[in-house]
Amino acid sequence: MNEPTLNSLYQQLILEHYRKPRNRAELPEHTVEIHMYNPVCGDEIRLQLRVDGDRIAEAKFIGQGCSISQAAVSMMTVKLEGATLAEADDLANQFVNLMHGDEAAARDRSLGDLRALQGVSKFPVRIKCALLGFDALQEALKQSRLEAPAH
Amino acid sequence: MPAEIEVFDLPFLRAQFPALDQEINGHPLVYLDNAATAQKPWKVLDAVAQFYERDNANVHRGIHELSRRATEEFEDARARIASFMNASEPAEIIWTRGTTEAINLVAGTWALDNVGEGDEILISTMEHHSNIVPWQLVAERTGAKVRYIEMDDQGRLLLDQLSDVLGERTKIVSLAHISNALGTVNPIAEITRRVHDVGALMMIDGAQAGPHRPVDVQELGCDFYAISGHKMCGPTGIGVLWARRELLEEMSPYQGGGEMIRIVERDGSTWAEVPHKFEAGTPNIAGAVGMAAAADFLEEVGFDEIAEHERTVVRYAVEQLSQVPGLRIYGPDSLDERSGVISFTLGDAHPHDISTILDSEGVAVRAGHHCAQLVMRHFGVAATARASFYLYNTTDEVDRLVEALDTVRGIFGA
Repeated sequence: MNEPTLNSLYQQLILEHYRKPRNRAELPEHTVEIHMYNPVCGDEIRLQLRVDGDRIAEAKFIGQGCSISQAAVSMMTVKLEGATLAEADDLANQFVNLMHGDEAAARDRSLGDLRALQGVSKFPVRIKCALLGFDALQEALKQSRLEAPAH
Repeated sequence: MPAEIEVFDLPFLRAQFPALDQEINGHPLVYLDNAATAQKPWKVLDAVAQFYERDNANVHRGIHELSRRATEEFEDARARIASFMNASEPAEIIWTRGTTEAINLVAGTWALDNVGEGDEILISTMEHHSNIVPWQLVAERTGAKVRYIEMDDQGRLLLDQLSDVLGERTKIVSLAHISNALGTVNPIAEITRRVHDVGALMMIDGAQAGPHRPVDVQELGCDFYAISGHKMCGPTGIGVLWARRELLEEMSPYQGGGEMIRIVERDGSTWAEVPHKFEAGTPNIAGAVGMAAAADFLEEVGFDEIAEHERTVVRYAVEQLSQVPGLRIYGPDSLDERSGVISFTLGDAHPHDISTILDSEGVAVRAGHHCAQLVMRHFGVAATARASFYLYNTTDEVDRLVEALDTVRGIFGA
């Protein structure tokens, strides 16, 4: 009973993003930067977005932590490039649904690689790891809207 | 698998701890998070339950029979812990919520009264946050400076540099007896002598020592010594500050409230005698009773026997873990300089991932910075996994740990 759960948690795709994170770099021309730190475990993520109008032109991050937190933010940045702020917001909400075990979210292909993190929902103490990057995203979206109100 | 060296009746001992007898994720629990908190034997659980079932009342307040009994048990517990630490008298034992509150008590009373601008407080980079932050708060309020004894690459204090950081401006030195993050055992008696040579006071954080070895405050010659009940098989929320009576007499009260006063008037109040001066409010009576029962339990098993058994298990654990490819152990190489704490990393597997995978096989370890971020920084890591052993752990459990680490290596390819 336990092995499948463990295997569902540590999917190859997750380990692959952990070892070779996408968009892990400084983005000097960013328009918003959010630093998220989990003092309980020491995981941290610095998310940088370049927002152009209502679109995210580029998304990069610097971070350190466990495979779940780092793979999740890597997968997230892949989905963010070219997305509108509203689409990014939807992505964050749908990912939160996935973490809460929502079955519709688990079937939602628009989540892309992020669907590999579905197994995390079975490990309650690790959900906050997966959400660290999305916490940064939600804060970044809030700040971007404040700076450039919708017209 | 080596033959178990039976220094005592291990199955009988383990049967005293009901929490050890359970399955986690389909596997028998292997509890290796003892540096965080220890499991509780029936003797402690029964003592706490019996207090509430038969004798529960407030202490030092009532004339009635239950209050008399509660007061007697509470003060007997104080005397029991006084003998456990070899204090000169029970009045030198102040009940606190634990080691953290004991350190905060000294920082908030003695240090605020006696440390001023330009003075120095000496601690080390090995300390738990509870032995760093209270002193930083004192420094902020007084203009004093917090200085640090550094560590070498095995996580041992650099005592040959002690005279560089210890001097006439040093008012108080506060150090761990045993490191919670590395298991390093500090030569605390020797350090205490050197601290007294410059006229400073010596406080010892004994959270990781009290559970494993007899603490003799008179032999150590220190000024303050703190222990926690829950790490020595007692309840959570109870601990002790020991201090020499002369110090306690001259110290300001800690918190204000009932129990700690003599006379309250409109314009001011006078304080109760030591130790009550430091114990405002209804204390954790059942906790004190439980901690005294834990002291009884440990001394009945025998600290010599506990030390010998732990040494056997830890030696085997270090041997076995050293053979795991990609595994790095932090802390002193010599078993003579370390206790039952083994901090490690494994390849590029993050300690949280290690802990999740071990948990899926029933093995409980701690992962993270262990409330010792300065230690993590010293070794250039964000976190470690930590297996910490106690009197009921076995060499079979070490084998279970190593097997579970094979699963980690399988997943992370370390």
